[in-house]
Amino acid sequence: MKRTLIVLLTLLLTTSFILGACQTAAEPEETEPEQAEEVTMVIGFTSSITGKYETSSGRQVRGFNLWMDQVNDAGGITLSDGTIIKFEVVTYDDESNTERVQELYTRLATEDNADLLISPYSSGLTAAASIIAEQNGKVMITTGAADDSNYQQGYTQVFQIYTPASRYLTGAVDLLADVGPEVSKVAFVHEDDKFSTSVVEAAKAYAEELGYEIVLYEGYAADTTDFGSFINKIVDSGAEAILGGGHFQDGSTFARQLHEKGVKTNLFALLVAPPEPDFAELGDAALGVIGPSQWEPLAAYSSESAEAAGAEWFGPSSEDFLTDYMAAYDGEEPSYHSAGGYAAGVVLQNAILSADSTDPAAIKSAMDAMDVMIFFGSIKFDTSEENHGLQIGHSMVYIQWQMGDEGLAKQVVWPISGATAEAIYPIP
Amino acid sequence: MDFLLASVSDGLLIGFIYGIAAMGLSLIFGVMDVINLAHGPIIALGMFSIYLLFSILGLHPYIGLIIVAAAGLLLGMIIYAIVVRRVIDGPHLSTLLATFSVNMIIIGLGTAAFSTAPYNIEFSLGRFSIGPVTFIVTRVIGALAAILVTAGLYYFLYKSRPGRYIRAVANNKAAAELVGVPSNLILALSFGLGTMLAALAGGLIATFFPFTILAGGTYELKSFVIVVLGGLGDPIGALVGGLILGLIEGIIPTFMETTWVPVVEFVMFVMILLVRPSGLFGAKQ
Repeated sequence: MKRTLIVLLTLLLTTSFILGACQTAAEPEETEPEQAEEVTMVIGFTSSITGKYETSSGRQVRGFNLWMDQVNDAGGITLSDGTIIKFEVVTYDDESNTERVQELYTRLATEDNADLLISPYSSGLTAAASIIAEQNGKVMITTGAADDSNYQQGYTQVFQIYTPASRYLTGAVDLLADVGPEVSKVAFVHEDDKFSTSVVEAAKAYAEELGYEIVLYEGYAADTTDFGSFINKIVDSGAEAILGGGHFQDGSTFARQLHEKGVKTNLFALLVAPPEPDFAELGDAALGVIGPSQWEPLAAYSSESAEAAGAEWFGPSSEDFLTDYMAAYDGEEPSYHSAGGYAAGVVLQNAILSADSTDPAAIKSAMDAMDVMIFFGSIKFDTSEENHGLQIGHSMVYIQWQMGDEGLAKQVVWPISGATAEAIYPIP
Repeated sequence: MDFLLASVSDGLLIGFIYGIAAMGLSLIFGVMDVINLAHGPIIALGMFSIYLLFSILGLHPYIGLIIVAAAGLLLGMIIYAIVVRRVIDGPHLSTLLATFSVNMIIIGLGTAAFSTAPYNIEFSLGRFSIGPVTFIVTRVIGALAAILVTAGLYYFLYKSRPGRYIRAVANNKAAAELVGVPSNLILALSFGLGTMLAALAGGLIATFFPFTILAGGTYELKSFVIVVLGGLGDPIGALVGGLILGLIEGIIPTFMETTWVPVVEFVMFVMILLVRPSGLFGAKQ
């Protein structure tokens, strides 16, 4: 009996050991998929498919989508634990309308459960989206939104890609001082929206510091199509240089009508519109017009330039972005809005890799600590309480439309260190 | 002084265009007591028609205007037959809602076709200067065209038989019907003429300003102010109203910020409604 029991016990133990061994052997097969777990992060944003921001917003979204498609096609981002992150977007048309932005970002944050947010285009719309992002604790990368005040609201989740408005047009004043030291009277005519007003206020204060007399300082409504009264005022004021503008639609109309009226000025610098490739459609009216640009295809940011500047490099080079964008969108040349959209993706990718996590708090910390050069330029965020999220690494370049061998072409004319041509001065 | 001269001449030139835009609204309101809320989108359709004729078919914009006028007349008569005729005897709200629906349909279709991006006609005839004032040729031609259209409309309304019928129906529809005036056809013609004028104004504006499918809204609002200024149903009144508005828009920026222009315009609108609701020129009601 005893013997039978011992045999049975031995059999039981042996069986359980064998079963246990089998189970242990099978475990790696079952856990392997967990190690290569694939996570899809949802990126939410609105775009202005309709309304006045359509052109710039469309380019911004095409830039971002290109980044996302490239990352997803390359198999996603892999973290150190083997987790593979892929991305999908949830997006709506905000109709270039603030109320729609508030409604839609609330929906993105609460109903669509977006993990991360990208801003809409323009400072006004981004201000509305930022409140929602902050309220819901969602990290939001803002692109196409340069107004400084958005980063002085005490937000902790909002991070700016663009050079802020306060440094947007000041380079044009420096350029004027350099090429036209005889000029003393300057006119500022600008769109009366949040972004343009803050840019021009900062540039005006800077011009006054340099001793310029501001002979005209006036805003116009966004939907202005007749600049006749402003042009008459500019002529009457005796201004020798004109600075200002707003967005693409009004800026290109302003330039066209100034040319039609035959008004001569030494220097004419406008916001947003001139760097857009479509600005060339103005023909002779575009000649000599200067515009600040967040990024230009001529900009030669690469791992080599980062090394030369002693900065950490991340992502594709400016040249690679240009080639890929044109290949993806039927030869369309990217504007800085397109580059801004793509840059938002690259920054996000860098933050996720640095955080080595999909945890929003870890991503936010990685954003705070970021100091990197990408194809768009340097990226570093202010982490002070007063200006949290404000871009402090990036700087503008100034382009001018000049007549080349193959017709009108943009040339970088400022800063001199990055110039590809001398500025035409005065405008012929 | 040079500044004032330049501003006044710019204001007057655009005032002529405002005038013919308002004439369309005034005619429809004066004849059939309908506030046409589709007026703005029809102005925008005029803009896009010229754009398409010029940019795709290569047709000269001023020849294109003849096609736009004919298409506008036809479109107006169709809108009348399908939408307005059924509600014309109903309360004002019915006609308002009916024309507002047309407004939404045109804007919806226009947005689908053209989006809300700005369009521009690459057309220029240069400029010339008289003393200190520089004139842009397309704007001068626009003003001349507006004078021509006003004269034509005046002649039509006061000298031709259908024009007399229109005035008869405007005065007393029942009495006109009693003497054999085909009131339905005349109302359709009036709506068609009003639409034609709106489309023509849009076509002319497109030769010198950029536009979107929503651009007509601004001119529609100005048309309301002009209709109140100039009185109802009178083409000369509308033209003079347009010139006054243009003049105000030219002069105000010479001594205050341009953003005050709409404030002054609409304060004036309310004042005239309060003090002289039949219009500054005492047009017939």
